[in-house]
Amino acid sequence: MSIALEHVNYIYSPGTAYEKHALKDVSFEIGQGQFVGIIGHTGSGKSTLIQHLNGLAKATSGDVSYNGESIYAEGYDMRKLRSQVGLVFQYPEHQLFEVDVLSDVCFGPKNQGFSQEECEKRAREALGLVGFPEKYYRQSPFELSGGQKRRVAIAGILAMHPKVLILDEPTAGLDPKGRDEILDQIEHLHKETGMTVILVSHSMEDIARYVERIIVMNRGQKMLDGAPAEVFQHYRELEKVGLAAPQVTYIMHDLKERGFDVPADATTIEEAADEIMRSFHG
Amino acid sequence: MVRDITIGQYYPTESFIHRLDPRVKIVCTLLFIVSLFIQNSLPGYVVATIFLAAVIKMSKVPVGFIVKGLKPIVILLLFTVVMNLFLTRGGAELVQFWIFTITESGLKTSVFMAVRLIYLVMGSSIMTFTTSPNGLTDGLEKLLHPLNRVNVPVHEVAMMMSIALRFIPILLEETDKIMKAQQARGADFETGNIIQRAKSMIPILVPLFVSAFRRANDLAMAMEARCYHGGEGRTRMKPLKYKREDRLAYAVTVFYLVLIFAVGRFVPLRLWIF
Repeated sequence: MSIALEHVNYIYSPGTAYEKHALKDVSFEIGQGQFVGIIGHTGSGKSTLIQHLNGLAKATSGDVSYNGESIYAEGYDMRKLRSQVGLVFQYPEHQLFEVDVLSDVCFGPKNQGFSQEECEKRAREALGLVGFPEKYYRQSPFELSGGQKRRVAIAGILAMHPKVLILDEPTAGLDPKGRDEILDQIEHLHKETGMTVILVSHSMEDIARYVERIIVMNRGQKMLDGAPAEVFQHYRELEKVGLAAPQVTYIMHDLKERGFDVPADATTIEEAADEIMRSFHG
Repeated sequence: MVRDITIGQYYPTESFIHRLDPRVKIVCTLLFIVSLFIQNSLPGYVVATIFLAAVIKMSKVPVGFIVKGLKPIVILLLFTVVMNLFLTRGGAELVQFWIFTITESGLKTSVFMAVRLIYLVMGSSIMTFTTSPNGLTDGLEKLLHPLNRVNVPVHEVAMMMSIALRFIPILLEETDKIMKAQQARGADFETGNIIQRAKSMIPILVPLFVSAFRRANDLAMAMEARCYHGGEGRTRMKPLKYKREDRLAYAVTVFYLVLIFAVGRFVPLRLWIF
């Protein structure tokens, strides 16, 4: 169970004045159950990249395969792929359209061809997973707050029982509390269901705490790929492309330069605090 | 798809025509169209062809792009040609079968009419290809400014036009995004009968309308926050001013007009019936 990209290139509007080489020779493989972060500056091609993972965008050259089968093969069932690789777009609350929350979440399962009862069962389950309060199930999605709308939209994808969940900037435009809640919920989901989660973001701080692997995109190319601690070692290169490592990385490097005996690869505040305390008591 | 329609689009590049004042382009395009319709001789069309070809060459817009712009008028074109071909009487009969007769003047009118229509569309697409939407509305506003005196809200109309034009690509992009988002939820827009397909548009149209209203509201607020209150007493950051090139372009167009008349009247170039 894995998604693999091989030498994927993608060019927007080829042959016109608007031509843009959005992805250049991108290859990687994401295994089942991984929690991966894709990070990159605005316009680095990350949103284009994830649209390739469920076949919404077709690579100009190169190959994308899911579970070892090329999704560009003739007769490949795209709808089945899309129900297995769930993609939550940026500002997903803008796609809500139904009269109440529950029916909106039912849209996905209904398209998969489930009965009304089964759809509702799945919808309730999905809304539960994202922590959406039951008393609002019959309310219009347009009357909810931004954070609640987003939960509904994410539930809309979860109700399809995807094996892989991709989220494009799930915290954009949310306040810090809403951001932490959504990210904690996603982490909880990952642990609970064991599904593959791919989190797209431009903020290292956001994803460093959660993911086990980071893919850094820059100008349509894969720049770095590895565990967070490994990627943050390159914090000087990251700065050059307009990204930054989490603040703890800087503090740890500074401390080390000034002669303290701390490892420089701590990625979260808790880890860093432990290491600093150890070095003082040590 | 929607994006394949090139008529009315702006083609961003750097050329003499692109640099011209939008007013020049609007007026000269109108003159060109008038010139097509008030003369009717082979030499005249030769002059018009040379003029149009020269302008296209100077604008650096690929010819293929301009030809693609003709696609939406193909039906109209065929209709006009067929009507003129069979219904115009006069001159010697060329072909006759069943109830149809093709006469010399019928053939002549239909061919000239087709050429006129094609040149009309090509000429006006050159204008839109080389002028940004904002330039066009600025130019129109300035040209129609005298109408203010008879209480036509010229500035407001021009502002609405430029906002409408600005929103076309935004709404196209938004539609694309919403379609993809609903496809990711398993929506299907391609299969099924007409009713099913119309129904499958609801998940696109509802969010699209919501977003259009949201954007309109945001824009109105942003404009009011900057004290926008209509055209009265409003000055421009880049006022339109005629430069040497613009006067030159006017001169060339007037010369072209004179030429097309002179040639039409005095050059006895004739080819068969034309």
